[in-house]
Amino acid sequence: MPASPIFNPTDLIRFLPEIILTAMGTLIMVLDPLLNRRESKVYGTLSLATLLAAILAAIYAYSDAGPAFGGMLIVDGFATFFRVLVLGVGILTILPSFSFLKRQQAETSEFHALLLFSIAGQSIMAAANDLIIIFIGLEISSIASYILAGYLRDDKRANEAALKYFLLGSFATGFFLYGVALIYGETGSINLSVVHAVVTGPDAPLPVMVGLAAALMFVGLAFKVSASPFQIWAPDVYQGAPTPVSAFLSAGPKAAAFAIFLRIFMTAFAPIGHAWAPLVWASALLSMTIGNFAALLQTNVKRMLAYSSIAHAGYVMVALASRSEVGIAAAMFYLAAYACMNVGAFAVVSHLSGKGERYQSIEDFAGLAQKQPFVAAMLSIFLLSLIGVPLTGGFFGKFYIFKAALESHLVWLTVLGLLNSAVAAYYYLRLLVMMYFRDPGEAASSAEPLTPAFSAALILPAIGTLVLGIFPGWVLDFAGRSASLVK
Amino acid sequence: MPESYAEQYFPVLVQALLAMALAAGLLTVSYLLGKRVRNRVKDMPYESGMVPTGDARHRFSVKFYLVAMLFILFDIEAIFLYPWAVVYRELKMFGFIEMLVFVVPILAGFFYIWKKGALDWSPDSTLNRKR
Amino acid sequence: MMGHVPLSWFLMLSAVLFSLGVAGFIFRRNIITMFMSIELILNAVNLTFITFAYQRQQVAGHLLAFFVMVVAAAEAAVGLAIILTVFKNRETLNIDDLDSMKN
Repeated sequence: MPASPIFNPTDLIRFLPEIILTAMGTLIMVLDPLLNRRESKVYGTLSLATLLAAILAAIYAYSDAGPAFGGMLIVDGFATFFRVLVLGVGILTILPSFSFLKRQQAETSEFHALLLFSIAGQSIMAAANDLIIIFIGLEISSIASYILAGYLRDDKRANEAALKYFLLGSFATGFFLYGVALIYGETGSINLSVVHAVVTGPDAPLPVMVGLAAALMFVGLAFKVSASPFQIWAPDVYQGAPTPVSAFLSAGPKAAAFAIFLRIFMTAFAPIGHAWAPLVWASALLSMTIGNFAALLQTNVKRMLAYSSIAHAGYVMVALASRSEVGIAAAMFYLAAYACMNVGAFAVVSHLSGKGERYQSIEDFAGLAQKQPFVAAMLSIFLLSLIGVPLTGGFFGKFYIFKAALESHLVWLTVLGLLNSAVAAYYYLRLLVMMYFRDPGEAASSAEPLTPAFSAALILPAIGTLVLGIFPGWVLDFAGRSASLVK
Repeated sequence: MPESYAEQYFPVLVQALLAMALAAGLLTVSYLLGKRVRNRVKDMPYESGMVPTGDARHRFSVKFYLVAMLFILFDIEAIFLYPWAVVYRELKMFGFIEMLVFVVPILAGFFYIWKKGALDWSPDSTLNRKR
Repeated sequence: MMGHVPLSWFLMLSAVLFSLGVAGFIFRRNIITMFMSIELILNAVNLTFITFAYQRQQVAGHLLAFFVMVVAAAEAAVGLAIILTVFKNRETLNIDDLDSMKN
């Protein structure tokens, strides 16, 4: 299991995206005291270039796919898909953050350094094939995001968000780790491929012990993806965190956490799937129901999107409950579509919220279509996709997930999930009506003019949403080919 | 070689008992033989001959917390050096380069906190001017 | 030499520590105490790792404990900094007083 102490260039190429992210993150951190400029576009531009380079590196690494560092990392289609996804979310987070940081008069260098570190952690999670590497990736991602959630130091809500995120996040990590420790004790290894082989082999440990470890890891991971009944932190954190950070948290760490969720449960714990399937079933149903019904009651848009993100985690859990490769592919597709539409929607909220993030209520969206028709149109695309209207990525995401669920004979879950989607339509449409059929209020009138970076932050996810909705085959084919995780 | 758990630890028990007996004995002897004078100066806390000022239970500045926390961080990072040092000879150049990869980012972090003034706790520090 | 203490006792101790940590996190209202409970959980994990490493005569388990310790230290640094900012802005360390975001 430990890597043989021989320098191996292939390992480094397969690890290249993370190397680039870490090196550039450190560079930005060191540049900060050297340049000594509190607000500067240099750092953001550097981060964008870094992320683009990392995407290229991830694709290049896939051209020579395989394990690295003695099987601790594995570069396969699944890993590459999620690497590109979290890197893309990073780009979509940085683009609207230019104007946001300027408006809040916040330091720019540390924001971007932390963002790069967090993304490096998520990228490691995407490619990890070893429980301790997963843990390290998870913590790199989480620790940086705890700070990002409280990035506006003097804002009471941001403080509170950071504290709650930190406390519950580390609590969840504790559960996950205890599960890792039990797996190590039962199988003598923490490599997922080895664990899978031992669990299915002749000297398989007691199923009860493996089940206990799976249950502990389930608790930890369900916290991280904000699935019920461990979703309590999400509304407060998404509401209190700076809006670009909320966008990031709801897409990047969540996608990476689902990546390890799928990888662990569909490899190491696949042999005891019949035991954990009911857990996932219940969690999926609870997340969808709690998320959607609580979102109906919200007046704060960020809080509403937080509850909606819980509901969307529920849809992905439906895909996991189907326990099939079709299900994995559907989950991958859904997470990509969800990242586009949710980050886009949060970007609009960040644009409208103004200095000190005053305007966050649904009423503040009144008349946005009159004042800034382009922004309103983009938000409409995201909202329609979140509802799941045809020709958007959200539609095919839900379609594939429920199709996979039906193929695995989860009829009730499918029916209840579809009913849930109908409920969800109400609160998204409320926002649409507010934008198009009300007179402009204070918030819409005082919204800043668009900057090129911010326009890109709206156009890119909109294109993503529409491409996934009109040509879903491109992404789905790749996801389908990458969905077999057991090596 | 002693067999049971209790036998193994028996010498430790004996030593602990001896130490306690010695301490108790010395205190008793000084209590019996010594001369006792009580006054204000004698009841003051002993601070190496200095006259104590202020309350012993005052709050410490937050700046010390920062230094303490940073110390813990760098201190803990050093635990990776121990297993590395044990196998350093076998790893040769590879081990050296690997440790360089580990140490350089830590030094970058050190450079950062240093330049940011986190280690400077004098009242007129960069930290105070910036924040 | 672990003498005659059976390994299962170490595992039981770690399970007890873990449960204490979880209970402390859920029932205590002071943020620092909650944070200490999390550290207790991580120590329970370390004890488990080391027990299993000893049982299997592997070095890997000890290394895992190292990783957990280092990550816990990093987490503690960030966590205490966050707790400090919260205290500076609100002058309270009771988790129930942090409710500025209810609808």
